Amino acid sequence: MNPEQKFSVQQSFARLRSLALDKWQSLKRGGEPTILVGSATCGRASGALEIFKAFQEETERAGIRAHLLQVGCLGHCYAEPLVIISRPGFPAIVYSRVNPVIASLLVHSFLLAGDPCMELMLGALEENDSFPTVFELPRFRMETRLLLKRCGLIDPEDIDQSIANAGYEGLCRVLQQEPAEVISLLTHSGLRGRGGAGFPAGKKWEICARAEGSPKYVIANADEGDPGAFMDRSLLESDPHQTLEGLMIAGYAIGASSGIIYLRSEYPLAAERVQKAISQAEAAGLLGEKILGSDFSFRVSLFRASGAFVCGEETALIQSIEGKRGMPRFRPPYPAITGLKGKPTLINNVKTLSAVPHIVLNGVQSFTSIGTEGSKGTMVFALVGKVNNAGLIEVPMGMTLGQLIFDLSGGIPQGKRFKAVQIGGPSGGCLPEKFLSLPIDFESFKEAGAMMGSGGMVVLDEDDCMVEVARYFLDFTQRESCGKCTFCRLGTWQMLNLLEEMTQGKGRIEDLRLLQELAEDIQVGALCNLGKTAPNPILTTLRYFQDEYEAHILQRKCPARRCRALTAFYIVPEKCERSCDACVGSCPVEAIKNDRRMKKIIDQEKCVKCGSCSGACPPQYQAVVKISPLSEVPPIR
Amino acid sequence: MNHFSEKEEKIETFIQDLLRSYPKGPEILIPLLQKIQETLGFLPREAMEKVAVHLDISESEVYGVATFYNQFRFHPPGKHPVKVCMGTACHVKGATVILESWERRLNIKVGQTTADREFSLDRVACVGCCALAPVAVVGEKVHGHMAPTKVDGLLLAFQLEREGKKAP
Repeated sequence: MNPEQKFSVQQSFARLRSLALDKWQSLKRGGEPTILVGSATCGRASGALEIFKAFQEETERAGIRAHLLQVGCLGHCYAEPLVIISRPGFPAIVYSRVNPVIASLLVHSFLLAGDPCMELMLGALEENDSFPTVFELPRFRMETRLLLKRCGLIDPEDIDQSIANAGYEGLCRVLQQEPAEVISLLTHSGLRGRGGAGFPAGKKWEICARAEGSPKYVIANADEGDPGAFMDRSLLESDPHQTLEGLMIAGYAIGASSGIIYLRSEYPLAAERVQKAISQAEAAGLLGEKILGSDFSFRVSLFRASGAFVCGEETALIQSIEGKRGMPRFRPPYPAITGLKGKPTLINNVKTLSAVPHIVLNGVQSFTSIGTEGSKGTMVFALVGKVNNAGLIEVPMGMTLGQLIFDLSGGIPQGKRFKAVQIGGPSGGCLPEKFLSLPIDFESFKEAGAMMGSGGMVVLDEDDCMVEVARYFLDFTQRESCGKCTFCRLGTWQMLNLLEEMTQGKGRIEDLRLLQELAEDIQVGALCNLGKTAPNPILTTLRYFQDEYEAHILQRKCPARRCRALTAFYIVPEKCERSCDACVGSCPVEAIKNDRRMKKIIDQEKCVKCGSCSGACPPQYQAVVKISPLSEVPPIR
Repeated sequence: MNHFSEKEEKIETFIQDLLRSYPKGPEILIPLLQKIQETLGFLPREAMEKVAVHLDISESEVYGVATFYNQFRFHPPGKHPVKVCMGTACHVKGATVILESWERRLNIKVGQTTADREFSLDRVACVGCCALAPVAVVGEKVHGHMAPTKVDGLLLAFQLEREGKKAP
């Protein structure tokens, strides 16, 4: 690039940035309070839009001028809906579990009267002398937020708020470099693909850059199909420009002129925000012909997937964009050489691309200083299941699973015992307690039989049956198997049948060996990674929880009392308080009756084992118990 | 059957207008089917036939693609489509029980629509609100922390709404 062009890029971006900064400063220093309401999908599900309306109406009624913004997700799903209020003279304060009544209270007490309602706040977002900050909470203190940095703090539908907070600065810098420099930067950063397998991103870019053929394509893979994972959704809903910038940098580095964001169909809000982000970037001259006055022209389009898990696999994804059934093909050739329409195509996960602007901006040193020897940087996890503080967490690689589950996520609810953590969705595995000290990185997970996957993590407690969990995942992969290769199509079906028999108490002990053999064969024989990794949930549970399988088969007993065919609900007469009718009302099938002494009894024939009665029974009685095996249920007198 | 033919005509004109605004080419097939479903709520057979003619591919190819993906449905959804999330987080918190509660109360099986076309029941892989598990999506609204009694409550609210009363 000649010096003149370099100057032009710098000038054009400086203009954009100064306009954006002006707007941002006036928002922050305008003397008017700002109210940020977290309204990503999970916030909305907890009522964020109602709260937004409540703030709107209350401020209007009180005659206060305030900036009301819908922002993305801070990642603290357990505390949704979250609201951040900045009022001149106060630090920005985070409020959790807000409802319309609290909203009205905050307008009157805080905005009008200047009392920030200490009892309702999660903490202040900035250091100050008067209020405790959120950084005293382990979750905030122990996280390293790189990708989630702007999430929940800026309006995702306003490109200027992104630019004012370092957005597109990486792109501006990259445009002044040679593409080869960018690739070498990425290679040195040691960034590995965040989609699951952990292939070095720099290497993939280099292969694609060297491949012959044009035009080339870049695709952001946001077909987040793992049940139990929502990192990509949150990133795209909270900070779509970050991914867009990463996609553009990738396009520049490999010499592509068009990019596609391949988004899962179940994410309508993310689609809306990505579409808006693309239009705004076009309007700002950051997408289109001769971006910022350079020679680089790039267009991005949004492709909405149609709901097939297998389309997360690169070659299947390409098939589906081409308008065919999303069936994987044999690799090599890899898509980086022969991809979309037979042209070189770079496919990266949303999180991989989102990390790129940070590496460009803060340098390789700052990125490699985070993480372990083989896995650099941070990892975003969706930590859900049986934990107190479920949500989205970004931690440096190398942190242990125990820290993640017990320190950052507050441990297991109701004082239950931790049993296992399921990592990597249907392709991953279940790790038991002894792995709590395992550091998070690609290699250590693989060694333990699990897989980093895209970042879904489901915590299981003593009430979860591992045979049932394996059955659940097999049920999923079996449904989602595309049917192309025999190993996956029939193999997963056979394994599912065996597991179903076991959970129903019809298993045979020799089935365990058959299951193991089938699993190992499918690992080797299946065509794509969906099939190859499908047996992982079975192999890890067989390895670490064989006693549970044996109990199901030999004693017809589910130790976790979870498998419904092997478990019965029973009301202990000695504990039942005869004048209480709580369980009777809660039963959806009228299976609970009185006996002669007015104690409650469950009609086992009618019972659908939904567990409503055990939730309804007042805690001082706790008369409803689960019993497995069925032969131990006392006969009704 | 006057009512039906009128409706068919409406579908016919919609498809024709739509096809005119789309270019030809195999990669347009999925976006086209999505657009049809977005407007009509499902993919009628006639629509798929017209798409095949427009793109110059066989009907079986269109049908093959449409049935491959979970998103497409081939009969009309209910007025209030109910989708029960079967993701991992929901599963460990009892999604099956929730699905069964809907089946029991609506007296239909998953994948079906009630006779009065008010409700349809489907399973979805994951709606990504795992922290609120178990989750059901009714219409556009996500309902978190579902329980069998909450299913009853939601149905009661719809019933009251139909009768023109306000839910308490």
